[in-house]
Amino acid sequence: MTAALAINGLNRSFGALRVTRDVDLALEKGARHALIGPNGAGKTTLVNLITGVLKPSSGTVALEGADITAWSQAERARRGLARTFQINQLFRGLTVLENLCMTIGERDGNCNNMWRSAGAKRAVIDEALDRLEALRLVDDALKLVRELPYGRQRLVEIAMALAQKPRVLLLDEPAAGVPSSETHLILDVVASLDPDIAVLIIEHDMDVVFRFAREITVLVAGAVFIKGTPEEIRSNEKVREVYLGEAHHHG
Amino acid sequence: MAASETTTAGEAARARAAEYLLRRHYVRWPEALPWLIAVACFFVFPDRMTFGSQVLIMVMFALSLDLILGYAGIIALGHAAFFGLGAYTVALASLKLGWSEPVSGVIAAGIVAGVVGIVAGWFILRYRGLTLLMLTIAFGAMLQEAGNIRSDFTGGYDGLPGLTFDPLLGHFQYDLYGHTAYWYALGVLAVVFFFVRRIVYSPFGQALTGIRENVRRMHSIGSPVHRRLVTVYAISAGIAGMAGALFTQTNAYVTLTVFDFDASAKVMVMLILGGTGRLYGAFVGAAVYMVFEDKLSKMSPTFWQFGIGLMLVLAVMFASRGLLGLAETAWRRIAKRSAP
Repeated sequence: MTAALAINGLNRSFGALRVTRDVDLALEKGARHALIGPNGAGKTTLVNLITGVLKPSSGTVALEGADITAWSQAERARRGLARTFQINQLFRGLTVLENLCMTIGERDGNCNNMWRSAGAKRAVIDEALDRLEALRLVDDALKLVRELPYGRQRLVEIAMALAQKPRVLLLDEPAAGVPSSETHLILDVVASLDPDIAVLIIEHDMDVVFRFAREITVLVAGAVFIKGTPEEIRSNEKVREVYLGEAHHHG
Repeated sequence: MAASETTTAGEAARARAAEYLLRRHYVRWPEALPWLIAVACFFVFPDRMTFGSQVLIMVMFALSLDLILGYAGIIALGHAAFFGLGAYTVALASLKLGWSEPVSGVIAAGIVAGVVGIVAGWFILRYRGLTLLMLTIAFGAMLQEAGNIRSDFTGGYDGLPGLTFDPLLGHFQYDLYGHTAYWYALGVLAVVFFFVRRIVYSPFGQALTGIRENVRRMHSIGSPVHRRLVTVYAISAGIAGMAGALFTQTNAYVTLTVFDFDASAKVMVMLILGGTGRLYGAFVGAAVYMVFEDKLSKMSPTFWQFGIGLMLVLAVMFASRGLLGLAETAWRRIAKRSAP
């Protein structure tokens, strides 16, 4: 079977600094893969390389068998690669509903139309409302995003990515910045994601990682340190040294 | 029972939300106001119609800028380049080719400016922020200097005087009072405005506001951002070119000063004064600015710019979202106070 997402020998340098070193990673369809590692390990750089924000110095990225290394971000997104951002990237001055409609419109290619009114396609609005309903956001549909508490904005962020109907989804610290009383809202959504979507989650919180992931890759200093199942990672002495110890220290 | 209640509440919320999007583009009665005022002005100030048509032309120019600045968030300080291109298109077409029919001239000017907008936009819209700002200024200066080098052709800063244009629609002569010019400008503005309004409320227009609000997100949801920006830039350039064509036709005269940095800056000031991203800001801003300029320069031919400066300082201090933004805030306050 072709992997949903396959990364081969990926390298990226900023000047003399090698932030990504020979990274290999493969996500099968429906994968639940976690990427962990200490601060500065190059996790976000790797996400940026996968989504096309950055171009690699060498190596390839393949989406469902197609080499997408040279593709733009938008082309990758249209082919089924979606992401959420570590810090919310939403249309803050627009309503929650408009945020969703924008995503659906761009996904379906409606946004080339200059003549019809944006509200004329009832199906788009209905889909947007369905998606908001699934995340219990309908009551906030007409609020501006910037008026919502951060935790709710975080849900909108996920709703946006899901509205792209992705086959590969990258979640960059989905619970970051959310008050601990509300993290369960995010985690429930993450836990109930469509089993066909391949998901790569980047997370600091070990509880989240061990609860959610079936495979874990540990990134240290830009290179893959070790890969394995949650049990293997948990019981690995070296991982405890470089990472888990530190995490406990923070926690 | 509780379950059915929440469903109804949920359905009501859904319906409300859907209604909002379905009705957002409906025409509301206050929108008739600027047009009624424009028509009324013809009857109240019949001897000021030459000035009136210049105001309408600036409204159209400001409207073109609103499309890129207010909606797509492109900060451009060289939009006079396209105004000037349109102005020279009709001037040269009349002088060198004998093409003096006004309406087709305006359309041709729009096309010329639009095509140049595509080419220029394709290069400069790869950049954002201050870099983009500098590039738009440089582009305007380049066109002006090119016209200066070939002043044998363009008339340079002495201009191309004594241009003649055919009667409007083969029937209406341009009169000394500018009556024909006024209706002509108002007619073209109305047509252009109709198109701009459609664009703004279309899915394409929504995508532009998305680019303004968060370009990173637009990339990540698969929007071809560069293509969208070049498209709207070209449309905006075309409208600016049409405004320039009207300028030449109604004045029967054009010089290279139409490309001045001053002109680009002035139209941006007008738009910000009126309020960006709301279409009618162009009307309010251009009208208020030009009437003030006219009155002040008559009151004090030496110090009138002080008055303009003072007005702008006050606007920035007390109306940072423009005069329309100020009116909106005031209206909300009144509505809140009168609500029980």
